[in-house]
Amino acid sequence: MFRHLLMLLCWVGIVGAAQAQDLQPVLQGHAEEIAKPSRSSVSVALDDLAASGAPQVSVFLEQWQDKGVWQREADGVFFFGTETGDDLTLRDIDTGAESSAPTNGFSQLKPNGGVRRLIGTALVQFQLTDPDLARRQSAVDSIARRPEADQLGPLRASIEAEPDAALKARKIQLTNFLSASFGDTSEERIAAITSMATDTSIEARAVMNQILSTKTATPSQTPSGNVARVLTSGDDLSQADAYAQLVAAGLAPTIISAAAIREALAAHVVGGRVGGIPTSQLDTDAGRAKAYAALAAAGTVPPLVTELDQQSAVADMNFYEVYDEPDSAVTDAARATLDSIETRVAAAQTVDLTLDALSLASIYFLAAIGLAITFGVMGVINMAHGEFIMMGAYTGYVVQLFVPDYTLSIIIALPLAFAVTFAAGVVMERLVIRHLYHRPLETLLATFGISIALQQLAKNIFGTQARPLTSPGWLDGAWVISDVIQISYIRIAIFVLALLFLGLILFVLKRTRLGLEVRAVTQNPGMAASMGINPDRINMMTFGLGSGIAGIAGVAIGLYAKVTSEMGADYIVQSFMTVVVGGVGNVWGTLAGASLIGFLQKGIEWFNPSNTLAAQTYMVLFIILFIQFRPKGIVAQKGRAAAD
Amino acid sequence: MRKTFLSQNPSVMWFIAFLGLFTLAVAIGSEATGTGLISTSMVKTLGKTLCLCLIAIAMDVVWGYCGILSLGHFAFFGIGGYAIGMWLMYARTEGIVMTSLEGHVIPPTPQEVQDAIGNQIFGVVGSSDFPWLWAFSDSLFLQLLMVVIVPGLLALVFGWLAFRSRVTGVYLSILTQAMTLALSLWLFQNDSGLRGNNGLSGLQNIPGYEDTSQATTSLVFFMGSALALALGYILFAWVVSGKMGSVVQGIRDNEARVRFLGYRVERYKLFIFTLTAVIAGIAGALYYPQAGIINPAEIAPIASIYLAVWVAIGGRGRLYGAVIGAAFVSLLSSWFTGGGAPAINLGFYTILWTDWWLVLLGVSFVCVTLFFPKGIGGLFDYLVRKPS
Repeated sequence: MFRHLLMLLCWVGIVGAAQAQDLQPVLQGHAEEIAKPSRSSVSVALDDLAASGAPQVSVFLEQWQDKGVWQREADGVFFFGTETGDDLTLRDIDTGAESSAPTNGFSQLKPNGGVRRLIGTALVQFQLTDPDLARRQSAVDSIARRPEADQLGPLRASIEAEPDAALKARKIQLTNFLSASFGDTSEERIAAITSMATDTSIEARAVMNQILSTKTATPSQTPSGNVARVLTSGDDLSQADAYAQLVAAGLAPTIISAAAIREALAAHVVGGRVGGIPTSQLDTDAGRAKAYAALAAAGTVPPLVTELDQQSAVADMNFYEVYDEPDSAVTDAARATLDSIETRVAAAQTVDLTLDALSLASIYFLAAIGLAITFGVMGVINMAHGEFIMMGAYTGYVVQLFVPDYTLSIIIALPLAFAVTFAAGVVMERLVIRHLYHRPLETLLATFGISIALQQLAKNIFGTQARPLTSPGWLDGAWVISDVIQISYIRIAIFVLALLFLGLILFVLKRTRLGLEVRAVTQNPGMAASMGINPDRINMMTFGLGSGIAGIAGVAIGLYAKVTSEMGADYIVQSFMTVVVGGVGNVWGTLAGASLIGFLQKGIEWFNPSNTLAAQTYMVLFIILFIQFRPKGIVAQKGRAAAD
Repeated sequence: MRKTFLSQNPSVMWFIAFLGLFTLAVAIGSEATGTGLISTSMVKTLGKTLCLCLIAIAMDVVWGYCGILSLGHFAFFGIGGYAIGMWLMYARTEGIVMTSLEGHVIPPTPQEVQDAIGNQIFGVVGSSDFPWLWAFSDSLFLQLLMVVIVPGLLALVFGWLAFRSRVTGVYLSILTQAMTLALSLWLFQNDSGLRGNNGLSGLQNIPGYEDTSQATTSLVFFMGSALALALGYILFAWVVSGKMGSVVQGIRDNEARVRFLGYRVERYKLFIFTLTAVIAGIAGALYYPQAGIINPAEIAPIASIYLAVWVAIGGRGRLYGAVIGAAFVSLLSSWFTGGGAPAINLGFYTILWTDWWLVLLGVSFVCVTLFFPKGIGGLFDYLVRKPS
């Protein structure tokens, strides 16, 4: 078929260019097939139409496909027609001359779906060289969606004249795919396959995998065909599976299953006995085998296939898989190319995984950094930290109720969330935490009380269902680097936000008066007080700052996850572990902790992608072990501050 | 004059006497004995509360006396429940399977019985094979042993690792919480072998006693729980009195000083941690047959925090305080969340206690921590003036 078409095309190239031909005679030559087309008969007509080389062919095919062709019933001549009321505006196919006639002398051509698809395929070759870029593009796309052997010729022919560079590259790539699968000679296919070695796109991998598709061959003494892999019984293939293959190929009798034995026995009970053995003894496999053997000896049931029978049946057989592709040179080349592609894909996946891990780490960092300040710097366990994250997220949600513009609402929500949670933090510090500075374990319990109260309050106010916090349009979508490496903009934004906060907190702690005072109070409250610093005020401010950052983290987390009253609780244990693993009292430590946990979780998920629960379990176990060996975290405090 | 154990711990006598009277009262009032003053579900609730009291005193010993705020004891409780639940479920399913196979002409092989049971139990998680965890599930004795051994061993290994590297204070709390989280996450998986988030169910039906009514079963379990609580109370009272109790409390107050005095602090802590874990496991094994179902959500870290809340509200460092806290808060909680409390109409808003109970609990919890650090049990100090 393909060769046929190619020859015709060559002929078109020579003859068609020489003379502008009228289409009507060609159409009349196939009047029967065109007027009442079927999938089987229409292809001859289509081939001849393409071969005619007339410039009107593509227009005709399109009109035909759109049911825009009419036939005059009197003499069978075809026209392009548009129906207006009872009248028909007719256009001559070759000259384009318009005329008008009543509808009832004409019949409309209505090709069915299958025929229209065939017409579409034939149209592709015309569309590939169409002057309109969009139409060429859609033709290329349609080939990519349904690659077929006969598209190779037109596609290859159209490359030379393609003016658009990007489309030309795409056409070359697609030509490679097609000739890898459908090329004429092995050499041509191997060349195409080899040229794809650096192409990591999913399409290229699909082409390779299709060439390398295998099927299980009928077991035989000597393998024949293009053998992909010989399976050794015991290693690649269990004896039971091997035997099952023999049964499927009709080379061995079916195994009588335990259930079948049971049924056979039950069907042959005579006077409470089966084959002379009382039924009460049939409650063991050995007893049943004996009874069945007796039945088989009597010829009432097929004999049992024993373990030994299976062994000997399997022993002198070869089990192997063969490629669907008969040419071994092609499959070898495809295998080599696929290996090379997969090496590249693995490298790209590593990069992708690293990006994923980075983004997860930045989420953990954002969630934990506020805690690092209150817990790390002040030594206060704030179990309500997660609820501050939740408050921030709900603040964002409420702002969006009033400000419909998403960009603007996020810009308002970030500082507002900070303000709300800062205030909540200060109030909590004044009323509760202040009185418990010397009883850290009780702070844990008191803040837990606040945590459950806040969670329930949020549930009472906002209900139990998740509330959306919609991100602005420019954060939708993902940054696609290749088919393998891509990262959503929202994750990039969270990463940037995390970096900003790292900088901001380092700046506040190291370069401002407040930071100096915070560090002084942390190291020695008594001495700091005697130097004129008010520790009460500093503690209040520090706690407010930590809580405020939790609020901003809440907005960020709410953007990519749903806002619920329990969202804080999801992060609290993780956040504590981040701080503890990183090392208390140090912003860099929190960063290290978040990175470790983020990378670890992604790494474990990579080993076992289907099971995030297992990944979390292993991660927690790892953290428990890690703390055994570095109880003070990655970045351990030194000197007096570490004393307790 | 040599002090006797009882004269040192006057609360033990009072407690045993009170518990005995209470058990007697419930027994007389229960449906099983005919009076029917107390409904069977109430007997179950009370029985479960007694189990919670038992784990609460264990928590009190480890936290109130030894100063280790463990957020993992509810995990041990859950393990105990799972251990007994495995036998209950296996034995009951075996009974059902045997009954259904009875009518067949060909008697089933042991393998067939096993397969049928596996299918029944693990069908919900798309499996029918018995995981290795269930190796002993056909033996009540071995599973009862598991109730004690598994929590004990886990506590021993975990505690040894943690205390050896001197993880103390809030770090230890977070570490125990992480352990609990890991355990519950693991249990949530379908391939953990314990039916994932379905948990084990139908535990209220005791194999071999299918004909006994739930009223009787629940009363028996209630009395068993009361006995366990009494024995646990005596055991812990004995542990925390005497020389060992002094050392343990010394560790709570100043660990470094006790270590300098030559005591092997780690061993004492490990002993207390493991012992309380074992008792927690036993409490769980008594609790879940009364509750009827156990699933991983029960073990979530929050449950262990609630446990600490009960002890704190009841009053730490006194065993009866823990009992009061656990009984008071858990009964109050079921009263409020069960719709027992009347709604308050404020005109513009109606307070439904099912919605507001947690807020009330949270706030009152903050108040207790701030203003009554000794908890409800502290009120007894005012009643019984100690000669100072």
